[in-house]
Amino acid sequence: MTLNTNSSTKYVLESTDFQQLIDVLVGIGYRVIGPTFDHNAVIYDDITAVTDLPIGWTDEQDAATYRLSRRSDEAFFGYVIAPQSWKKFLYPSQVRLWQAALSNGSFEILPDSEKPEPMAFIGVRSCELHAIAIQDRVFIEGEYVDPTYHAHRENLFIVAVNCGQAGGTCFCTSVNTGPKVEAGYDLALTEVIDHETHYFVVEVGTERGQHVLEQLPVRTADKREAKLPKTITDQAAHQIKRHLNTDGIKELLYTNSENPRWDEIATRCLTCANCTMVCPTCFCTTVEDVSDLTGQQAERIRKWDSCFTMDFSYIHGGSVRYTSKSRYRQWMTHKLATWIDQFGTLGCVGCGRCITWCPVGIDITAELEAIRQTKAKGETIKEGSDENIG
Amino acid sequence: MINLTPQLTTQQLTDPMQPEPFRVKRVMKESYDTFTLEMEPVNSERLFTFAPGQFNMLYIFGVGEIPISISGDPNQPAMLVHTTRIVGAVTKAMSKLKTGDVLGVRGPFGTGWPVSAAKGCDVVLVAGGIGLAPLRPVLYQMLAHRDRYGKVVLLYGCRSPEDILFRKELEKWRARFDLEIFVTVDYGDSDWHGNVGVVTKLIPKAPFDALNTVAMVCGPEVMMRFTAIELQKRGVQGEAIALSMERNMKCAIGLCGHCQFGPTFICKDGPVFTYPQLQSWLAQWEI
Repeated sequence: MTLNTNSSTKYVLESTDFQQLIDVLVGIGYRVIGPTFDHNAVIYDDITAVTDLPIGWTDEQDAATYRLSRRSDEAFFGYVIAPQSWKKFLYPSQVRLWQAALSNGSFEILPDSEKPEPMAFIGVRSCELHAIAIQDRVFIEGEYVDPTYHAHRENLFIVAVNCGQAGGTCFCTSVNTGPKVEAGYDLALTEVIDHETHYFVVEVGTERGQHVLEQLPVRTADKREAKLPKTITDQAAHQIKRHLNTDGIKELLYTNSENPRWDEIATRCLTCANCTMVCPTCFCTTVEDVSDLTGQQAERIRKWDSCFTMDFSYIHGGSVRYTSKSRYRQWMTHKLATWIDQFGTLGCVGCGRCITWCPVGIDITAELEAIRQTKAKGETIKEGSDENIG
Repeated sequence: MINLTPQLTTQQLTDPMQPEPFRVKRVMKESYDTFTLEMEPVNSERLFTFAPGQFNMLYIFGVGEIPISISGDPNQPAMLVHTTRIVGAVTKAMSKLKTGDVLGVRGPFGTGWPVSAAKGCDVVLVAGGIGLAPLRPVLYQMLAHRDRYGKVVLLYGCRSPEDILFRKELEKWRARFDLEIFVTVDYGDSDWHGNVGVVTKLIPKAPFDALNTVAMVCGPEVMMRFTAIELQKRGVQGEAIALSMERNMKCAIGLCGHCQFGPTFICKDGPVFTYPQLQSWLAQWEI
């Protein structure tokens, strides 16, 4: 099939032909991962067929609330966002870094250098594309490259899907990460269901995407159809209820370490670490050094860690952050302030997972606002001030 | 103005997460709870070049891994030297190592002390407790090139006379006319005739030209904070004061997140910082 290769051209893929997208990606050699319906949640997992998708389901999300319910239609991507992000594939929660064996009075390190198979993600939302771009800065674009992340990331094929509706905890519009996908995808889809029709408007982001598109039974979108990605994501944007005020956000947090609001949050925060586990940008890990019973073999396992644990800041003599208020403060200050100094971007993409999955419903947008409002009461320490001298 | 912005000296390691086996050549007991290990690589002729102030991740097979600063002589790279205090599971296991035993080494990591920037200046080293260990390479370096520096002064505070680290070496150095050493203890005993009190009390009387001095400070955080304040009272510029920080570390390459101190990663932006880089954060609790 010959296609107009103008990159701004949009195409239409009928929902009945969606299986072919999966098949083409499998045929190229990708491990295809997308949303599935599992244990009453949308879970990103291996898929081989359209029927693996959470067809006809949507999610209701609010602070400390998540449940699925039936839609009135048979949408493939009719939910907003899954509890777990894509980072579990790009930066697995547990990785063995190496094994070691004692021999001749010394030891030998045997690195784990298994090459991961290339992956294709189907159903990446705009905020999630931004989260991946942020983790790219952390793991690939810095002084040191993380080989695990890099190996998973370098061959990744991304099929993004525009949001047709907003979730109850979304605030991507506050941090300019959505809802419309703008960059960082190979193919971008917009799901359209009206009357008797069900199809996807397809946009091409890369040559690899173009190559896949050429193997699909698509037709060129007409003028009306080509406008739908914007129309539909505009509708989703209007549904967003939460707002994170980012005005002077770094300075606000840098000057409010003593704000009384931290004490108030600490009366509710359970330091359970849920927010850090579901956050698509949180990257902290710990290592566990273990040996077998004979003491002849040892290995090092790297695992996701959380700044909400006492162990996280433990040095001889005790934990540096021994109160829950300092741990919440560390997390939020990192996400919204120090991250900017470290990586030139916010560490938050407005996906709302930390709000949904906080068991007591602490809302980062509301807490930031509360800090802004109670600012005057707090004692502030100006950066670089000399007020402690003399 | 003296510019002490730490220079990044970490060399590119082939796999920074992979420990290299080193064999213990000598174990020296420094005090009841501190010891020094001298070690050499098992499988290579690698010369362990490092900048004073840098640290390694030391791994005890099957037990765990911790960051420890290098305490040896940078001009003798054939021997890697670490001095540490027994405080946890890994240092306890490390204290039981004998000549011939093997441990894992990753490194060196992090920034070094501003030894080059201090040329032509008086140098004040202020150490608290085990904080003397990361400063010892500076002393070696300066004594090897003594003519490059003005006065060199070491102010050292520790808990008791029993806790004095590198005692013989300090006595030997004290006999030199080109090095001033002042020691103070928190509490003395009947044989102690020296200073008693916190190390900051030594600063007002110490012989150095404050306006042309570079200070390097290592010890507990609160000690470093008040040392910096005291040094500034003497007239030392904040920019001329370097501190070495400590935090929990798992990777040493800025990826595990554990060592964050405000916007910095202690492992790769530090451990040596200038005072102004940290000043506002040092005054806050539980950073």
